[in-house]
Amino acid sequence: MPDQTDLLLRRILTDVLGLKPGQADTFDADTGLFGHLPELDSMAVAGLLTELEDRLDIIIEDDEIEGEMLETYGGLRSFVEAKRGS
Amino acid sequence: MLPASWPCPLPDGQASKEFALCRDTSRQRRLLIVPALFDEGNKLRRFTVEVMRRLDAAGIDTFLPDLPGCNESVRPLHEQTPAIWIESMAAAARHFGATHVLAIRGGSLFAPRFLPVVHYAPVKGAAILRQMLRARVLASRESGNEENRDTLVEQAMAHGITLAGYPLGAEFFRNFDVLTPAPEADVIDQTEIGGSGLWLRAEPDENPAQAECLATILTRRIRQ
Repeated sequence: MPDQTDLLLRRILTDVLGLKPGQADTFDADTGLFGHLPELDSMAVAGLLTELEDRLDIIIEDDEIEGEMLETYGGLRSFVEAKRGS
Repeated sequence: MLPASWPCPLPDGQASKEFALCRDTSRQRRLLIVPALFDEGNKLRRFTVEVMRRLDAAGIDTFLPDLPGCNESVRPLHEQTPAIWIESMAAAARHFGATHVLAIRGGSLFAPRFLPVVHYAPVKGAAILRQMLRARVLASRESGNEENRDTLVEQAMAHGITLAGYPLGAEFFRNFDVLTPAPEADVIDQTEIGGSGLWLRAEPDENPAQAECLATILTRRIRQ
């Protein structure tokens, strides 16, 4: 069974970063996000987190947002998976 | 597509000139477009104009006014209130003789209600502020300055606040937070357009297929 969280996360990143279809499939755990992609500034990250909340039905508190979770794709996925309890 | 100016009422009863982008050939169907707000307004500007071009080809005149304090407006943003914005869009609708209104995202909160209104992906004021507050907390943290959302809200309610580069007055913040789109409006959801909304993009983008789709749906609905 495909990992729903992983699929949704790739889809949301595709939407926020305006990636071509399939481009997010190449992301691995070490792919850099915040700090590596110039377009992902604080406003874009705020949008990304809000979108994660809406589509994954989770609530992200401000004090939960740490550099580590946003630094790589793997970090963000681990955070979201923990949030979803999967 | 030509720039035009229109008299926007001031709280003291006078009027100031505001800018609007217009395609006016005196046709029967005249659509006022209330733009998306703040950062989303920038991201959707090109898309909005692309929709206007397609509506022109479909025989519909369009008018895209600035909200006072935004875009080309010389009025200070921090002096604006939701009541001023509601009144300004009503004045624009009257000035241009609009027969219909399209309100985009947060623009839905300021759409004149005395005309048939279509909302594209409407959003509540609270949702917009929440995201802007989050961006402020993140940006501050990045620069080594911890800020707390509750404290920021208190500060905003009392003295106003600058969020994502937009200085918002206290009255604006208090009254904007509780605004919701009119429930009776005709809503075009993003699922009808296909793909993801361009306001989600980290950088402004364009999408001719989405512009075409929104224009087609609008042309159909405005005809009714």
